[in-house]
Amino acid sequence: MSWIELVRGALDGLVERRSRSALTVLGLLIGIAAVILTVGLGEGAQAQVGSAISALGTNMLIVTPGSTSTGGVSGGLGSASTLTLADAAALGSTTDCPQISRVAPVTQHTAALAAGVNNWTAPVVGTTSAYLSIRNRQVVLGRPLTAADVQRQAHVALIGTQVAQNLFPTSRAVGRSVEIDGVPFTVVGELNPAGSSANANEDNLVVIPISVAEGLFGSRGPNAQSLSQILLSATSSGNMSSAYQEAETLLLELHQLPSSSSADFTITPQTSLLATASSVSKTMTVLLASVAAIALLVGGIGVMNIMLVSVSERVQEIGLRKALGATPGMILRQFLVEATLLGLAGGLLGVGLGLVGSLVLPALLHAPIVISIPAVVGAVVVAVGIGLCFGVYPAARAAHLSPIDALRSA
Amino acid sequence: MMEVETEPPKQTGTAVERSSDGSVLSGPLLELAEVSKSYGEGAAQVLALRSVSLVVERGDYVAIMGQSGSGKSTLMHILGCLDVPSSGSYRLSGGNVADLSEAALADVRNRQVGFVFQQFHLLPRISAWRNVELPLIYAGVRQRSTRRQRAEQALAAVGLADRVDHRPTQLSGGQQQRVAIARALVTDPDILLADEPTGNLASDQADELLSIFDTVHELGRTVVLITHDPDVARRSQRQVRIRDGRIVSDATTRP
Ligand SMILES: Nc1ncnc2c1ncn2[C@@H]1O[C@H](COP(=O)(O)OP(=O)(O)OP(=O)(O)O)[C@@H](O)[C@H]1O
Ligand SMILES: [Mg+2]
Repeated sequence: MSWIELVRGALDGLVERRSRSALTVLGLLIGIAAVILTVGLGEGAQAQVGSAISALGTNMLIVTPGSTSTGGVSGGLGSASTLTLADAAALGSTTDCPQISRVAPVTQHTAALAAGVNNWTAPVVGTTSAYLSIRNRQVVLGRPLTAADVQRQAHVALIGTQVAQNLFPTSRAVGRSVEIDGVPFTVVGELNPAGSSANANEDNLVVIPISVAEGLFGSRGPNAQSLSQILLSATSSGNMSSAYQEAETLLLELHQLPSSSSADFTITPQTSLLATASSVSKTMTVLLASVAAIALLVGGIGVMNIMLVSVSERVQEIGLRKALGATPGMILRQFLVEATLLGLAGGLLGVGLGLVGSLVLPALLHAPIVISIPAVVGAVVVAVGIGLCFGVYPAARAAHLSPIDALRSA
Repeated sequence: MMEVETEPPKQTGTAVERSSDGSVLSGPLLELAEVSKSYGEGAAQVLALRSVSLVVERGDYVAIMGQSGSGKSTLMHILGCLDVPSSGSYRLSGGNVADLSEAALADVRNRQVGFVFQQFHLLPRISAWRNVELPLIYAGVRQRSTRRQRAEQALAAVGLADRVDHRPTQLSGGQQQRVAIARALVTDPDILLADEPTGNLASDQADELLSIFDTVHELGRTVVLITHDPDVARRSQRQVRIRDGRIVSDATTRP
């Protein structure tokens, strides 16, 4: 028997039982599309977390006041005035800290904003020109903060997209005036949209020169002069640990502390954030993939049922074909080709549905879907495998009955 | 070194010895010796055939008769290699069927024996000619056009030249049985076996069908059929009666 003959015969067989074939294909199709989409969602989330974290800044180290090891003594995170502008200036020295390329002192206060009739509340960051490059932020309209702004105590501000939308809903923000806690500033630039990071909405933000922020918020309390953070960037990602060492040694010396166990500050490298976050999203991918595997298993059991029923009904046909001179091998090949065609049809349609879903769903779910080639290949292999196991094995058993036993079985 | 051919090359496919023109070298066409067939085990065991011996010569026209449950179908299935004896031997064209492999048995069913069932056993959703071509596919006839041509010839021989593309469900019972006969004869077998071929048919359709069997026999084939009808039996040359799995009479009437 030629292959053309086999495929033609198999297609006839499938068309003869068209509703059953359609159900089989449907079961496989849904299982496979589910695998592709859930694995895709997991990988998409992983990629998104990765890019969100690298959007926080490149090679970044964050120094915060207060210690994680002696929390009670130093009065809790961010409350002790242990980080000063002098610390930041010292960290910027290329002789003491050769592996630290940029330093940005940061103060952060929530302030009332007003522009014309519009009011808004947002965190106001006082910092220097290095902030944007360390945080990997860009100015999409207008100009960035400059060293001259900080030096001259210029009343200029950069605003995030959310602030811009709320204060200037109808007009361009750049060049307009905004009042921060009642003090007028000129908007000189608008920041790129950055979404939300692990701990903040990066688009609801105002950036002003740190020299101006000191005057603006300095009367708010005893610790108001303390920096909220010092952001550092290492010369390269490979030098993160040297940069960490240099910063720790210098700050301990400046604060006259004997060892790192008594440190009144905490240094967090961005890599540790990345590691934590990516391990979380890996767990999520594994979870989603298991859900998908269960979907495929359930679909597979449905297909198995349909095929088993179909085969036991067809034992009579197998008997007839043997009575007409078919060898067990010919019977087997017929069922093999039928099952493979079903598996391939289900597999390819499932992949098609998965691809369509990966184009349509992200807009609805607001989550990216990354198509994973191993998941696609694996799902199709499993689909064809299910077809072969449950379509061919019972047929193989029937093919070895005597023709008359098979004919009488119905 | 000298190359000496000591034996003629064995024919592949069947274990049956034939001369170059296809005729059998030795012995009768069908030969059952002390064949028994039992179904089931222990107390529930049924002896369907008890030590049956039967010889059918080439060109015979045999009617097998007997009451319901006497073992006629069982005998027929063994003759057609659709089932195997529990004991005893069955020689077909001189070769012992017990020695044949699965593939060789399939070849016997395909080329040497045509079988017609009481219930027709046609595949319901393919056309008449596609049903008739099935044995040709298993015989390895590769050209679809050749198969179609031979199927059409076989259908024409049973008077269905104008029903080639009809499905079984679009045919009467008599027409369906004629499709089944065309299918049994399409590979040009030596033997035609029929198990109550007219059992499901009205008498006028049965007569038409039986005249087809007469023609098949006249053209030189060996025909064995099961029947309950004495009129049908009278058309044959030989009537074998079975009761309780034993042959109780075997009468030959020369025409
Ligand atoms: N597969 C089977 N399992 C068990 N017993 C069987 C089987 N096939 C046939 N028999 C028994 O063997 C005996 C002979 O059956 P068989 O079908 O050969 O009878 P028959 O002469 O063809 O009868 P009918 O005229 O009704 O077709 C019966 O008693 C039947 O019950
Ligand atoms: Mg019977």
